[in-house]
Parts: sequence; structure tokens; C-alpha cells
Amino acid sequence: MKLSNKTKVLEQGEMTLAERLYLPAIVGGMATTLKHFFSKPVTIRYPEQKRYLGPVYRGQHILKRDEAGAERCTACGLCAVACPAEAISMVAEERKPGEEALYREEKYAKVYEINMLRCIFCGLCEEACPKQAIYLQHDKMVPVFHERDEVIWGKDKLVEKMDQRYLRDGWK
Amino acid sequence: MELLTSVFIAKAIIVGVVFAITLGVAAYSTYFERKIAAFMQDRVGPDRAGPFGILQPLADAVKMFMKEDFIPANSNKWLFIAGPCISMLTALMTSAVVPFGDTVTIDGVSFDLQGIDVNIGILWVFGIVSLGVYGIMIGGWASNNKFALLGAIRAASQNISYELAMGMAIITILMITGSLSTKEIVEVQQNGHWNIFYQPLGFIIFIICAFAECNRTPFDLPECETELIGGYHTEYSSMKLGFYLFAEYINMFISGAVMATLYFGGYDYPGIDFVTQQFGSNVASFVGVGALLGKSLAFVFVFMWVRWTIPRFRYDQLMNLGWTGLIPLAMYNVVITGLGILLGKPFMVSVAGLILLIAALFVYDQLTVKKKIA
Repeated sequence: MKLSNKTKVLEQGEMTLAERLYLPAIVGGMATTLKHFFSKPVTIRYPEQKRYLGPVYRGQHILKRDEAGAERCTACGLCAVACPAEAISMVAEERKPGEEALYREEKYAKVYEINMLRCIFCGLCEEACPKQAIYLQHDKMVPVFHERDEVIWGKDKLVEKMDQRYLRDGWK
Repeated sequence: MELLTSVFIAKAIIVGVVFAITLGVAAYSTYFERKIAAFMQDRVGPDRAGPFGILQPLADAVKMFMKEDFIPANSNKWLFIAGPCISMLTALMTSAVVPFGDTVTIDGVSFDLQGIDVNIGILWVFGIVSLGVYGIMIGGWASNNKFALLGAIRAASQNISYELAMGMAIITILMITGSLSTKEIVEVQQNGHWNIFYQPLGFIIFIICAFAECNRTPFDLPECETELIGGYHTEYSSMKLGFYLFAEYINMFISGAVMATLYFGGYDYPGIDFVTQQFGSNVASFVGVGALLGKSLAFVFVFMWVRWTIPRFRYDQLMNLGWTGLIPLAMYNVVITGLGILLGKPFMVSVAGLILLIAALFVYDQLTVKKKIA
């Protein structure tokens, strides 16, 4: 059956003298291995060296602040609804007068928790957020945890620190 | 009496140093085997234990000692223990006759840098290497395991088959030198008259047989994982397994030293006269030791290089190569060498013999092989 005309019919006649002697093939093979012996290893020694994973890698979550330093999240719950793993939960609270510098909108998340064992890092929360409040950082992974009480991350770990603001490639 | 004691002490020191060098080289062969394998596969290799992983053999040794030393219930206990011991013993005994350097004169007394210069030197090497198969055979038999036994039988038949061609290759060396003593074989080759130039065919036969005798790839059928699990050391664990593996690396190093002795001038190196004039004969001798070690290590590298290049032979191919390939070739080589000695032009005749052989093979090939169907 000829479907693609890509079939290559191999003629398997007797081996030639050079092929039967093995030695030319062995010398050729050894030349190849010697070439690789002097070429640079492709290994990245992981814990010490880290590969750049691209601007769209979905790593550790962050709750962004705006330029003035107020939290963007308004506790609308869309991220929690979008989350397929049901990892996100929050408690909303009304902003008191005098807290305008802390929270951008009139409503804010008093509690915002992500269960890192449930999270599958799909990034749907980031897509659902209308306020550009939650992002998955491209350059930071969630560190390994060993204890049960380290699993649920609250606002203390999630909210962006002003001294080390998150900037994705391509942002101004 | 005093002379005797000083000679005895000198020999004891030489034996001790050779023993230490052999073990050290064997230990670091395991590290460099892995490093070379890694480099050839574009990897980095072991680099965690110490700088560049230089302490890896130490870590391996600790691991080996910590493992459970298991003896199968239905095995022959004493033979099971004797197997790796014999392997190790025979591997270490071979180096006794290898001349590691020329004579050194201290306080008017001359010592050969050699374990013992016996007049049957190369026969000793040959005999001990043949004994080495007992270690494998006994280990495989005592394990009371089908695969171990099959591996041991393979090792035995392979070693015996390749010893014939190896012996024939050595015979040509004896014809040139006229002596079995390794020391004399080296002395004949001084000043660049290395046997490799007179015996290129013999060297190729010898190195192929050396690969088979050391059970190294492409002839490592005794431990063919796909067919025999681990071969003769299937049932071995802990330091007994370590001994088997160690013996293999020692054999590699020693066979490298033997090849350097037989074909590459032993401790000869270019510029030996210059060094003797400038620094005295003692220094020249010690540089010669370095030259021999360098040559041996180069062979160890070739062993590893081949291992990470060539896949294993099939068993019938192995036997075919040994019996119908190498033995007739070795016989032809003996005839050619004899002719060279008779005509008094060994170099010319050996080159002519090689060319004649290739031409004859080519003509034979043209006459017998069916053409590929176009």
C-alpha cells in the first residue's frame, strides 16, 4: 500500500568487507564519542543554576498592590468561582474611612487564603480577576513545605511587599 | 647479608608502592569511568561529593561496606566467599612482573623498579590471567543460581577462546625478543624501537583479546543484564560485589601496563638520554615510571572510551570472532613475523604483510560476496 510515497525500501544484501570487519564502524563510533567528550555538557545543575522558564510561567501567587501601594483586591470572589480546584477562599469587609491608602476599592478581602495543596497552578484565577489583583509569578516557585500548617497561605504571604514589587516581563 | 636485607627492603617498598598505586588507580577508575561516560553523553557526571565529585570513590566504598552482606541459603558458603577473593588475588598478582622502571642506584646498590624479574615473566602474566577465570567460575557456581552459572560459563568459555589468540600474539613478541622476561622485552624496545611499529597486527589482536579477558564491553557477555540479570555477580552484595568490580578495574589497569610493556616500550620515552645526561639515571628512571603509568592510564581511557561507544556482541558473534577471526589472523602474524626475522627487515615485512592481508581480504570479498540487488 502506498499512502504517502515516503516508504523507503531497504536492500539488505550481504555486508561489504568494511562492514564485516567492524573496525571502520568502530573507529567512526569512537570518533563520534570523542567529539561529544569535548563538547559542552547540556546539564543545568538545578538547585544552584536555574533555567529561565519564560514570561508566562505560572509560579507562586501574589496579590498585587497598585502604584500608590493600596491593595487592588476587592473580594469579588470571581477567582474563587473560577478556581477548578476550589483552593481559594476569602472573607470580604467594608473599607472604613481613613483606610483609603490601604485598599483601593470600598470593599476588600479581610481574609484571603489559598490552599497550596489544592492549587493546580492553572492560572484561571489570574484570568478571572477583573481588578488585576492576583497574579502567578513567572520567576518564583512555591517553596517546598513539610508541615500541615504551612499548607494554607494567608494574606501575610500573598500580598505584595512594597520593597520587592513583582514585575512581569513586558510590563512597564 | 646486609646487601640481602637492603634488597629485601627495597623489593618490599616496590611491592607496597605498586599495590597502593594499583588500588588507587582502580578506585579512581570507577570515578573516571562515570565521568567519561557522562562527558561522552553530554552530561556532567558525579559532582556532589567534594569538588568535582573527587570523593565519589570514598562515598561508594562507604556505601558498599554499609550494605547487607548477603549469602544465599543454598549456596556453597565457602566457595561463595572464595570467588571474589580469588578474583582480587589474581588481579593483583599480575603486576608482580611488570617492569615499572629502569634500575635505580642508591648508595651503590642497584634495584630494578619491578616486583620480580623472572625469566618466565610473560608466561606468569598469562598464567595468572588464566587463573582469574576461576574466581568468576567459582563465584558463579557457588551462587546456586542459573543466571550466575550461565554468566560464569560464558566468562570461562570466552576467556579460554581469547587466550589462544592472545598467546599467539605474544609468541610474535617472543620471536622478536628471544626472551620471556618482561624486563628484556622492554630493554629491546628502548630508544623508540617500540614493538607496535613491528607488530601492528599483533597489537590489534592483543588489545581485542585484552578487552575479552577483562570482560569489558563489547565482550561483557558474562554480565549481560538483558539476558543474565547480573551474570556471575547476580547473588553478590556488599563488599564481595565490590571486590568483583574492583578486580575488573585492576585488571584493566594491569592489562594496560602489560600492553605498554609489550608494545609501547614500557618505561621508554622520547628524550630519555637527555634526561639521563642532565639529571642522572635515577631521575630518568623515575620519569620512566611516570611514562609507563601514563601509557597504562591512556589504555584505561581507551577501555572506557570503547565501552561507551560500542554495544555488546551477540554470543555466537563473539565465538565466531575469536575462533575464525582472531586465531587465523594471529597465525598469519606469526608467519609474517618469522619471515621478517628471516629476511632481516621486520618493519618492512610487517607493513607489507598488513597490506597483503587487506588486499587478500578485498579480493576474497570481491570473489565470494553476492552483489547487492540493485
